[in-house]
Amino acid sequence: MGDLKVATPSDREIAITRVFDAPRKLVFDAHTKPELVRRWLLGPPGWSMPVCEIDLRVGGKYRWVWRHDRDGTQMGMGGVYREIAAPERLVATERFDEAWYPGEALNTLVLVEQGGRTTLTQTMRYESRAARDGVLKSGMEKGLTASYDRLAELLASTR
Amino acid sequence: MHSPDRLDATFAALADPTRRAILARLASGQASVTELAQPFAMSQPAISKHLKVLERAGLISRGREAQRRPRRLEAKRLGEATRWLERYRRLWEGNYRRLDALLEELKAQEKKWET
Repeated sequence: MGDLKVATPSDREIAITRVFDAPRKLVFDAHTKPELVRRWLLGPPGWSMPVCEIDLRVGGKYRWVWRHDRDGTQMGMGGVYREIAAPERLVATERFDEAWYPGEALNTLVLVEQGGRTTLTQTMRYESRAARDGVLKSGMEKGLTASYDRLAELLASTR
Repeated sequence: MHSPDRLDATFAALADPTRRAILARLASGQASVTELAQPFAMSQPAISKHLKVLERAGLISRGREAQRRPRRLEAKRLGEATRWLERYRRLWEGNYRRLDALLEELKAQEKKWET
């Protein structure tokens, strides 16, 4: 349902926008109920989400762990809910176990419903411009990703 | 270097097109600074600066030959970084497609309850 758009509203933020053909109550549930979250928030094929704990209250924690089914690689992250206004707004901190950007990020989910459709905006605010840029450079810009892909291919073919 | 800092240095090093081109060149075999400078309209000191960044990020290393000191690619390090990039990009693309399907299912369920 529509393209995923990426914008940079400020020098420390990245915002992802996407439209879903469903009322926002359902989109909100899909982000906050563990039995629903672990069905879609899985990353690339071959990954599952063996740990999905959500304590949905202000100050409550969440803990998510993904696991690669074949090689057993794990990737975990978690944080604390700062603001909860169902079904329109959710603010939480985010920190990966194996940090791939410095510090902690603050994620804000905003859901706007119109005519049965929901526009989702996920804004990620990083601790510094350098951290944000690191995330951007790490593949959110398509062209950049494409050149990394080519590089990776080249590398694979020479090994 | 501590691992998160190192990953950050790796991404910073990869963010530059000249440095990516240097890595692509080194993927086909080791090369001296002079050889590396050839395809770019750049002075040797300018190339050396890029090489220093790549070396600090652990993406390349120096050979032993006294005169040439050829640079070579550290494939493991680059592999680590590209794995992270792939994970992140695919995360959102694939996830939202799955979420579309889940939402269809939830909508159908709600309709059932209403009737």
